[in-house]
Amino acid sequence: MKPSPMQQPFRTAVLILVWGWLLFLVLAPNLLVVGASVMSRDPARFLSLPLNLDAYRQLLDPLYLEVFLHSLYMAVMTTLACLLVGYPFAWALSRVGKQRQVLLVFLLIVPFWTNSLVRTYALKLILATNGLLNNALLALGWIDEPMKLLYTEGAVIIGLVYLLLPFMILPLYSVFDDLREELLMASHDLGAGRWATFAHVIVPLTLPGVLAGVMLVLLPAMGLFFVPDILGGSRNLLVGNVIKNQFLDARNWPFGAAASILLTLAMAFLLFAHKLSKRRLGEEGGA
Amino acid sequence: MTRWLSRAYLASVYLLLYLPIVVLVVFSFNDSRTGYAWGGLSLRWYQSLFNNHAMVQAMWNSLWLALSAATVSTLIGALTALALHRYRFRGKKVLNGMLFVVMMSPEIVLAISLLALFLLVGIQLGYVSLLLAHVTFCLPFVVITVMARLSGFDERLPEAARDLGASDFTMTRTVLIPVIMPALMAGWLLGFTLSLDDVVVSTFVSGPSYEILPLRIYSMVRVGLKPEVNAVGTLLLVFSLVMLMLSQWILTRSKR
Repeated sequence: MKPSPMQQPFRTAVLILVWGWLLFLVLAPNLLVVGASVMSRDPARFLSLPLNLDAYRQLLDPLYLEVFLHSLYMAVMTTLACLLVGYPFAWALSRVGKQRQVLLVFLLIVPFWTNSLVRTYALKLILATNGLLNNALLALGWIDEPMKLLYTEGAVIIGLVYLLLPFMILPLYSVFDDLREELLMASHDLGAGRWATFAHVIVPLTLPGVLAGVMLVLLPAMGLFFVPDILGGSRNLLVGNVIKNQFLDARNWPFGAAASILLTLAMAFLLFAHKLSKRRLGEEGGA
Repeated sequence: MTRWLSRAYLASVYLLLYLPIVVLVVFSFNDSRTGYAWGGLSLRWYQSLFNNHAMVQAMWNSLWLALSAATVSTLIGALTALALHRYRFRGKKVLNGMLFVVMMSPEIVLAISLLALFLLVGIQLGYVSLLLAHVTFCLPFVVITVMARLSGFDERLPEAARDLGASDFTMTRTVLIPVIMPALMAGWLLGFTLSLDDVVVSTFVSGPSYEILPLRIYSMVRVGLKPEVNAVGTLLLVFSLVMLMLSQWILTRSKR
């Protein structure tokens, strides 16, 4: 289909607008961050020469390394908890009648559309020392004095799971929804037990969903700085808190930029793993 | 038995997901000052909310920002989707890739990169910087919504229009736009809500000249409990829910 001369101006205008926006507000800023990470710190002008790798060296500073590892630990626990709750959930959801499924999926999307800050704050009402949970347990006589739930590592993980669970469930639901009943029956007919069917049919087929879910949970679980701000106190920081501090308070841009590149690399790695799992599945399916 | 068990499991997870929201809404009507114990029904927190001048100003700022961000991102997003769908051009994959990266990368990465850009180029932090940032993170969602609509579209229609002598612009206006209208509306509503609810990106790219609601809430909830937050949070939740239902209604209706 050869474009007529008539359509050229419109086409050109659209492409310039779209490319312009993305180059200026996506590509250029990201290159800037990469550049900032190899420059020197300058409290007055944010950045200065000479170029060096000090910021990356600072990432390995034991003080920060500890914060990063703790953040990674909380993110991994969050992801595992989401997977543990979400996997059977998505499975069960895909078995509900179609009519009801629409409503149930809608109920899962609602959190995506509502304010996560407000919902994190709502958790505070429940977890506080004189909050609802403690009051309920005291009234039931299950505990004698209120537990300290707020401002703990546990509170941060609970907050992250609460915010991110739908992002684990939705990709899982989509792979379970595609899982054909015939495959399970075939596996059964070929003599596989329930466990073998699960390990050799269901798990491999749902793996791309698992990895997509892990990607959608693990990365935000390191970045959502307002969750520890509200629920975690000063001891349970995320990588996101460090980046925010470096950019907005400490004014150490190179270090903040290097920490952010760390997150980007983690994302690239997870994307790659996801792609690999899908490709493997494609090859096996085609064979 | 397993059927019953799985139903109970689903129900209990939904219960946990919705419990905090219910608590928040109920407590927004609580008369008690401490915020933990129930002290009777009252609208006092809503009242104090609307008597708070700075809060009302922040609400208007947020609404205006969300309106403009949703509109601009719908416009650009729709054009992007049309370009991706119809034109063959160099770097199409790169374009797709950039949109994908925006959607997948942690918000905070986008936030600091935009902050660096704005300070380097000399864009003052305020309404303009917020608008540019919000449009950027809304864009991929609009593109996806519109692309989904276009993918189920009869390709012979635009060709017929062109054969009848319509220019590309006329064809877009009279054939394509009506077809993608439901997706445009749904994308606009999604963009509006994303903008209204954003905290992470706004924290970095806003300045003192333009305070928006989520940031005001953020500064309030960092220390202790503020009953006004229950009220404003409830308003935000209701607002978002209405937007979501509207968008679902538009999309399902258009499928028939």
